[in-house]
Amino acid sequence: MSEKHHIVPVWFFVGVLLLVYGVMIFISGLAEWSHLPNTVLAEKHAPVWWGMLLIVLGSAYLWKFRPGKSSN
Amino acid sequence: MNPLFAMYVTERLVRLSGVDLAIIVFYFALVLVIGFYLKRFANTGEDFFLAGREMTAWVAGLAFVSANLGSLELLGWAGSAYQYGIMAAHWYWIGAIPAMVFLGLVMMPFYYISKTHSVPGYLKLRYGSEASGLSAITFAVMTIMMSGVNMYAMAVVMKVVLGWNINFSIWVSSLTVGVYVAAGGLFSAIFNEVLQFFLIWFGALLIPILGMIETGGWSGMVARIHQNFPGQDFTHMWAPMGSFANNPMGINWIGIVFGLGAVQSMGYWTTDFLVVQRVLSAKNIRSAKMAPIIGSFFKMAVPLIVILPGLLGLAVLPMHLVPNAPNLAAGQHSYNEVLPLMLARYCGPGLLGLGITALVAGFMAGMAGNVSAFATVWTYDIYRPFLRKNAPDKHYVSMGRWCTLIGLIISIGTAYLVMGFASIMDYVQALFGFFIAPLFGTVLLGMLWKRVTRWGGFLGLLAGTLSSVTMFLLMQKVDPQKWVPIFARSPLAKGLAQDMYQSLWACVTCVVVTVLVTLVTKPKPDSELVGLVYSLTPLAKEDHASFWHRPLVWGVIALILLVILQIIFW
Repeated sequence: MSEKHHIVPVWFFVGVLLLVYGVMIFISGLAEWSHLPNTVLAEKHAPVWWGMLLIVLGSAYLWKFRPGKSSN
Repeated sequence: MNPLFAMYVTERLVRLSGVDLAIIVFYFALVLVIGFYLKRFANTGEDFFLAGREMTAWVAGLAFVSANLGSLELLGWAGSAYQYGIMAAHWYWIGAIPAMVFLGLVMMPFYYISKTHSVPGYLKLRYGSEASGLSAITFAVMTIMMSGVNMYAMAVVMKVVLGWNINFSIWVSSLTVGVYVAAGGLFSAIFNEVLQFFLIWFGALLIPILGMIETGGWSGMVARIHQNFPGQDFTHMWAPMGSFANNPMGINWIGIVFGLGAVQSMGYWTTDFLVVQRVLSAKNIRSAKMAPIIGSFFKMAVPLIVILPGLLGLAVLPMHLVPNAPNLAAGQHSYNEVLPLMLARYCGPGLLGLGITALVAGFMAGMAGNVSAFATVWTYDIYRPFLRKNAPDKHYVSMGRWCTLIGLIISIGTAYLVMGFASIMDYVQALFGFFIAPLFGTVLLGMLWKRVTRWGGFLGLLAGTLSSVTMFLLMQKVDPQKWVPIFARSPLAKGLAQDMYQSLWACVTCVVVTVLVTLVTKPKPDSELVGLVYSLTPLAKEDHASFWHRPLVWGVIALILLVILQIIFW
């Protein structure tokens, strides 16, 4: 993003956000596996696969846009 | 009474768990860390007010579309989808995509080449200080009031959805926004808007996915809607547009195509500085042209997370939602609550925190966008030309930081004012609309016709704005039964339909007055209009760019996709 300023790309922060949220949601999904919340379609275990998706995307963003790597 | 204010009386919709709270707290911590990190890069005026003009097309494009994707927008349009059906998607498709493509291909080169900091700044170069001053003062007042409205709306939603204290929500959110925008300027605002974009998508996308699973796909959803609301058409966009009586909005295709598509959306997307400022931060002219076109593809997809949840609400919610009213009975919910209700229906611990964080981020980005635009317009279009010319650049940066904080304090005052006089909120939003439609006429004529004079531009803008206010007062206050059929062309026209025609006539008034005054006043010499007017500006050719890197190619693809969507949901 920045040629003049060498700012860490915003995509790196997006990666941090997605990864941290992915881990939190994935773990909470596992924790409620046998005690399902009172929501519709809870048996689909959405937090588990949604958390995994966030972890994968967040990790990819973190890797591709990590500080020090010339990319944008 | 303000509909959101009326939501006080309902009970809280959801209860957060520990992981939900951790998700919300992490978001606040991250945006503050980013704000302090970016502070070191916001040293000059160009850095603070235009993010150094070094954003890529993707970042500027996402910030451009995200600045309009606030939580008021999400909750309001999901509610409109429940109320009016898929017709609400007109505001995302014909009411946005052509205007975004037009901004990128036709108008952006002039904004960018003139090196202006703002839309009033362009008006100053093109017309002079009269049109610029009128535009700047109106815009500054409106942005600060909109920031307060956002603040208040967020506090009310948090009160209703989570049971949070109103004062706590107002002060925590505004302090956070104040710190990170005053620190990093437009850098911070844009970074936060990009984060918000991802949050909103990942926080809301599960609703349509799980909703489609529950209803068995589109046809299953339509069947359930017909079962729940027999005889009503909620799933066609153009078929009910033949006459005013065939749809719940009381509008026909002329109002949608010309009022919404040709005037109101063009006005908003091409002259509202809040969104245009994001594109001005692009690093070069190709990026500036591509940014709104990239944004148009994402805008086209937004109905998936806004309109579809509203339609799914019609299909699966056990209760019928009701219009916003001062006193809802126990257990009743208003249209505006459809998105939180759907969130609570499908999302348990963790996912609920993500969805709530997306709403909080949307509100905060709305405040940050308004405050950063206010700081720019105040500093460059009011303070510098009228109060203190020729100060050092550092002085203006300092002024920008201070008026970010002062703007937020005034916004907090506005939020409490709205709380005390709830109907003000509706008028503030209407006032914002008054100015946009005529401004589009003024800017467009100025760009395309070199003959338009200084006084033609100013008096046209003034006449358009005054005519819009007059129509609003006649239709809303004086005698609706007499004036609505005259201006909105049908006694059946509801609020949105009246807005469309009001915009159309205000723009026509602006153009007519501008042309008439221009014909009897003296134009500027050509030498003063180079870089500001189409016929006097050498525009860069795109021949050197490969086919797939040309903004024109992607603009045409966006328009083709738009047509396909209209046919699918006809």
